[in-house]
Amino acid sequence: MSRDIEQRTDPERATVLRSDQDYASISRAISDSVLRPTSRGWWLGFCLSGLGVLIFIAAAGYLFYAGVGIWGVNTTVVWGFAIINYVWWIGIGNAGTLISAMLYLARQPWRTSINRFAEAMTIFAASIAGLFPILHLGRPYLFYWLAPYPSTMGVWPQFRSPLVWDMFAIATYIIVSVLFWYTGLIPDLATLRDRARSRAAQLVYGAFALGWRGSAAHWRHYERAYLILAALAVPLVVSVHSVVGYDFATALMPGWRSTLFAPYFVVGAMFSGFAMVIVITIALRAAFRLHAFVTPRHLDAMAKILLAASLIMGYAYGMEAFMAWYGTDADEWRQTVTTATGPYGPAYWGMLFCNVAVPQLCWSARIRRSIPALLVVAILVNIGMWLERYVIVVNILSQGFMPSQFRLYFPTVWDWATMLGSFALFLWFFFLFVRFVPMVPMHEVRKLAHDLGERS
Amino acid sequence: MSPNPSLLAEFGTAGQFLDAIGRTRAAGYRRIGAYAPFAVPGLDEALDLPASRLPQWMLIFGIFGGASAFLLQAYLAAVDFPLNAGGRPYFSWPSFTLVTFEFTVLGAALAGFFGMLALNGLPRPYHPIFDATNFDRASQDRFFLMIDSDDPEFDPYSTRRFLDSLNPIAVTEVNREAG
Repeated sequence: MSRDIEQRTDPERATVLRSDQDYASISRAISDSVLRPTSRGWWLGFCLSGLGVLIFIAAAGYLFYAGVGIWGVNTTVVWGFAIINYVWWIGIGNAGTLISAMLYLARQPWRTSINRFAEAMTIFAASIAGLFPILHLGRPYLFYWLAPYPSTMGVWPQFRSPLVWDMFAIATYIIVSVLFWYTGLIPDLATLRDRARSRAAQLVYGAFALGWRGSAAHWRHYERAYLILAALAVPLVVSVHSVVGYDFATALMPGWRSTLFAPYFVVGAMFSGFAMVIVITIALRAAFRLHAFVTPRHLDAMAKILLAASLIMGYAYGMEAFMAWYGTDADEWRQTVTTATGPYGPAYWGMLFCNVAVPQLCWSARIRRSIPALLVVAILVNIGMWLERYVIVVNILSQGFMPSQFRLYFPTVWDWATMLGSFALFLWFFFLFVRFVPMVPMHEVRKLAHDLGERS
Repeated sequence: MSPNPSLLAEFGTAGQFLDAIGRTRAAGYRRIGAYAPFAVPGLDEALDLPASRLPQWMLIFGIFGGASAFLLQAYLAAVDFPLNAGGRPYFSWPSFTLVTFEFTVLGAALAGFFGMLALNGLPRPYHPIFDATNFDRASQDRFFLMIDSDDPEFDPYSTRRFLDSLNPIAVTEVNREAG
């Protein structure tokens, strides 16, 4: 029986790393992408995304100067693009931790090559997400009032509000993600320190490597720390996006007050995050020729997770509509009907198309292994998940209890500038990341090579 | 303090490396250092290292973080400045569980990261073993086994002969403080 399983899984396992790789070639290929001179394409991308960052800074600067009224929010739809983008970005961020932590606990060998940039994606996306709750405050300079500190006023934050939980959840999430990411980086920074030929690179990587020597005692504590951090990160991710769900679910608004929101938001986060990881994986694999480390097997596995998450999302959408019909709440049912047929109907049907219909293509193994097809599916999922947050935030708010208060939301140029600027900020961080940090964890790939059968 | 330098043997595969550690321990050496470019499965067992104390530290700091967060919220909301927020009870403990959970994770994670560094004696940018020939490959593709000259079994000639008998790529000397 066990031999049977071994025979079935072994060829599959072997496909996560091209067989011509040994320890030396792994170290060389990955560290060279950092240590070689800067390419022209990198400068181009860095400068173009830098221009976008300037747009973001300008949009935020004008917001601080003129006030939150430059956005399209009104007294009915008080949450607009800022909260949509906040939820979208934090959702993107969650998949990185799930890949590095959950798949680590599940001992999935295909996680190894992609976990470093998935984690980087998490940190950048969570940091960008963390900006939006501050930007959308009317008085952003007082955001530190959310922290419990002994002030001369003697007042404290209101711990019964999910928006306060949000602050703690995001801050904890960013800190723990950075620690987890940096822990995984230390042995790789030691490799860069030892391979670097310029004095400056040796000093900088040597300083960040903290004197890592790779001794048996080091590895013993390291493995423990990494394992337990992974075990902590999984419930942390679930809690972070559940809190985001509670921002809505603890309200009285029909369409928001659903007990389904916490798990449904967590799965949605995993869904959109995996879609983003697919986009990034395809881009980095082509740009840096990572074909030895990122194989069709990786894309295949991620596409399967995308499909599974899409089915759960479809179930959640169905259950929302069913419960509204099955329950006795007239407002809930009116919300559901207006969502599908009202002014925001196209966003709702677009969401269903992108999130439920399109990912069904992943049932086909040919689609899962076809890079262009998977890229299209992943991009559509990201658009669909943005529409989902748009439907939840704007559409629900626009039609609450009082018909005299029904109002539509029209985003202004500043809404769009902040949103596009946040994309540019993400890209800009990513350009810095691929230039200075090894994008594939070398020591973990070496261990994978060892597990798959050592070559020397 | 013996004036002899310690000896460092270099290996190309994890299999040879583990085998060499086993034979070194069988030969009676106890002060052995081992350096590898990744966490070699079975290395702890081969060296008979005690279990890491890190999990206990993480547990203690996790409980500390969670308990202090819960007590802080309960004290601030129910004792220090009780405020009727939406008719909720002052001690509305279900609302306090989220932040309690986040601080449990934060306490344990900080203890895990800084505890790992502390137990490993990091940061320590310079270490005498970095001066050893070819040691820069310990972070890339080579495995190193060191027998400390403090070891009671250590003898400059017979230990070198013993290391040569393990078929290493090379045997080099390390400044004795390398430890």
